[in-house]
Amino acid sequence: MTATTDPAALRARPLDRRRWHLSEQAQTILLLLPSILALAVFIYVFISFTFWVSLSNWRTLKIDLTLREPLFATYVEMFAMARWQADLRNTFVFTIFFIAFAVTLGLTLAILLDRHLAGHNVFRNIFLFPYALSFVVTGVVWRWIFNPETGLNLLFEVLGINYLLAQAGMAPLKPGWITDPTVVAEVNGILAAVLPGVDAWQVKWGIPLAMIPVAIAATWQLSGFVMALYVGGMATISDEVREAARIDGASEFQVYRKVIIPMLRPVTISVVVILLHVSLKIFDLVYTMAGVGPGFATDVPAIFVFEQMFKATRYNLGSAAAIIMLVLVALVIVPYLASTLREDS
Amino acid sequence: MFGKRFLFVMTVMLLAAQVFTGCAAPAPAPSGGQAAPAGGEAAAPASGGKLEVFSWWTSGGEAAALQALFDAYSAQYPDVEIINATVAGGGGSAARGVLQTRLAGGDVPDTWQVHPGFELIGQYVEPGYVEPVTDLYEAEGWNDVVPEALRTMMTKDGEIYQVTVGVHRGNGFWYNKQLLADNGIEVGDTLSVDEFIAIADQLKAAGVTPLCVGDSGIWATAQLFENTLLGAIGPEAYNGLWDGSTRFDDPGVKQAMETYGKMLEYQNEDHSALSWDQAVKKLMEGGCAFNSMGDWAYGEFVNAGLTDNVEFGWVSHPGTAGSFMIVADGFPIGKGSANPENARNWLKVIGSKEAQEAFNPLKGSICARTDCDRAKFGVYHNWSMDSFANDALVPSVVHGSAAPADFQQALNDAVTVFVVDKNVDAFANALVAAAQSSGFGK
Repeated sequence: MTATTDPAALRARPLDRRRWHLSEQAQTILLLLPSILALAVFIYVFISFTFWVSLSNWRTLKIDLTLREPLFATYVEMFAMARWQADLRNTFVFTIFFIAFAVTLGLTLAILLDRHLAGHNVFRNIFLFPYALSFVVTGVVWRWIFNPETGLNLLFEVLGINYLLAQAGMAPLKPGWITDPTVVAEVNGILAAVLPGVDAWQVKWGIPLAMIPVAIAATWQLSGFVMALYVGGMATISDEVREAARIDGASEFQVYRKVIIPMLRPVTISVVVILLHVSLKIFDLVYTMAGVGPGFATDVPAIFVFEQMFKATRYNLGSAAAIIMLVLVALVIVPYLASTLREDS
Repeated sequence: MFGKRFLFVMTVMLLAAQVFTGCAAPAPAPSGGQAAPAGGEAAAPASGGKLEVFSWWTSGGEAAALQALFDAYSAQYPDVEIINATVAGGGGSAARGVLQTRLAGGDVPDTWQVHPGFELIGQYVEPGYVEPVTDLYEAEGWNDVVPEALRTMMTKDGEIYQVTVGVHRGNGFWYNKQLLADNGIEVGDTLSVDEFIAIADQLKAAGVTPLCVGDSGIWATAQLFENTLLGAIGPEAYNGLWDGSTRFDDPGVKQAMETYGKMLEYQNEDHSALSWDQAVKKLMEGGCAFNSMGDWAYGEFVNAGLTDNVEFGWVSHPGTAGSFMIVADGFPIGKGSANPENARNWLKVIGSKEAQEAFNPLKGSICARTDCDRAKFGVYHNWSMDSFANDALVPSVVHGSAAPADFQQALNDAVTVFVVDKNVDAFANALVAAAQSSGFGK
């Protein structure tokens, strides 16, 4: 054929290209369509429905989707509840302790593994193993460990710590752990000076001691996962970088402090974001380990949602709490996703 | 057409969706366990058919008692296949979620376990999920043998909606007889609040924990409050709480809150780490002297091989002699269920004297009718039957009979706070607000 010399064919080529280009976009949309539709229905429609329910009068088994007057009354009511205030405090405290513990421990383990000490492959698997367990299993086991009558307190007894303390004329070491309702480091007074309306708060803002054992259990479960991410991050740092630092006279400690850890910053950000959304949504671990706790010392928003929705049949209140949880998670996740995607493109 | 920005936003939403899934939509509860029939419905026989009974009776004694009802039913209707749809979980906490989902979705079981009072009326009668069974009561002559106070708890607008199969007494006060004897204490037929406090002070001085509470499930201490409240204000004012004629900030109620706070000072230190049955166990082992609990605790004593009035004893919770806190179980007919006729026959069977005499000794409760053969029951249950026949019957809020579920939750929440801060005014105000918000308080 004389296709290459036919002027019509020459003119057609760019046109064909453009049509192919368009159809590629169409293909993309077509391929994504099923999952877009599924997500639109099962995620966004349900989020919208949940939001509608949170504004409605639905508070018995009988479905009632009429809007409540005034519109955000359920939210106002919820934020005035001592329990919800305690939940927000607990989530905040739990998140801080959990992330601080898990990142520190995970990074430490990763550095130890990075030193290629004997048996590091075995240890890597051992450290990662708790991550494979269900939160419910972790919760039940750690409930026993932090029960004041069994677990750790028995250990203090057996090790003779309490005997020594008694010899020294001191009170025995017998913490209440998850049964301790004490809230320390109360900051209501300080906050009241800065923020208006703090007087109306019904709970002490501070650190509920019972939340710390829960954070420890969560750390045990997830620090192996954090370690794995850091180990992966360290593998991408070439030995030349370390060598260069050593030649410049850096000690081993300084190599990590000044070179490796700063280079792991993207990993750290990912870790913190992942742990944050785990922490904001946590339910099963807390529910099995400590329940709502004395004076709501270990209650979290997810337990609040569950109990208001399925025990109290207050669907509007449970939905309102779910929406607030969604907003909290969105505050963390959306900027992270946006910045990640911007870097990619 | 689709700009880069659009695709970018789409991708962000898709990714975000995956992260949010955990908390976005109210997750529907899992399907009804063994409830789903395993296909082959097309060839259903003309007579016989199926009967689906939904309950949360899964533990040893409960399951055996339920089986006794099934046996009684099968003896009369051998062609009917019984589907035992149970969902495990103490007090039905998990089962109710499943049931709610099924009712809302139109998948109505033929019959299900229900507590009389608000749970029946508010949750199932008012939304129209159950059929009236008034004619059954007339035909079977149950109006003569079921106490009126109990029938009232199952009635709305002149129609009865439930057949109750067994009754527990919620205001029991159990004690370790040996431990009290060692301290030179003997408990009479009744116990007043002042008498209890005198005994508790004496025990405390001797280094004995007076009261065992196991409130890792907060309802156990809420029940302690409920019993104390009944003791302080009496059955009439107590019943008035649920129609708004008694307020929760009434001086009598506040007095009850003070007493409850005082009783908490006598409780074991590890109360919030124990479940109710572990608290009973602690009592049996001599770790404390008293425990306030419904008579399902009796089963724990018997299972441990202890004997009535030898190792352990009981009275009514301090101040509540003359009252019977009803914690009862029964079954309605589901409206629009697959086998209404079989469900009707089920109710006919479980309301009978024979079925209840088979069921209750296994369940550890007494008949919901007053003509059962006393020889089939032990010492404790004969005592409880006397109380059922003669005393004022009152509904329990902790077990869902006295008030709607949202108030029940609000009470649990208020108690959770009170156990720590002991603030009577805040406690009273929280309950007043909850009663108003729930629609029965004034």
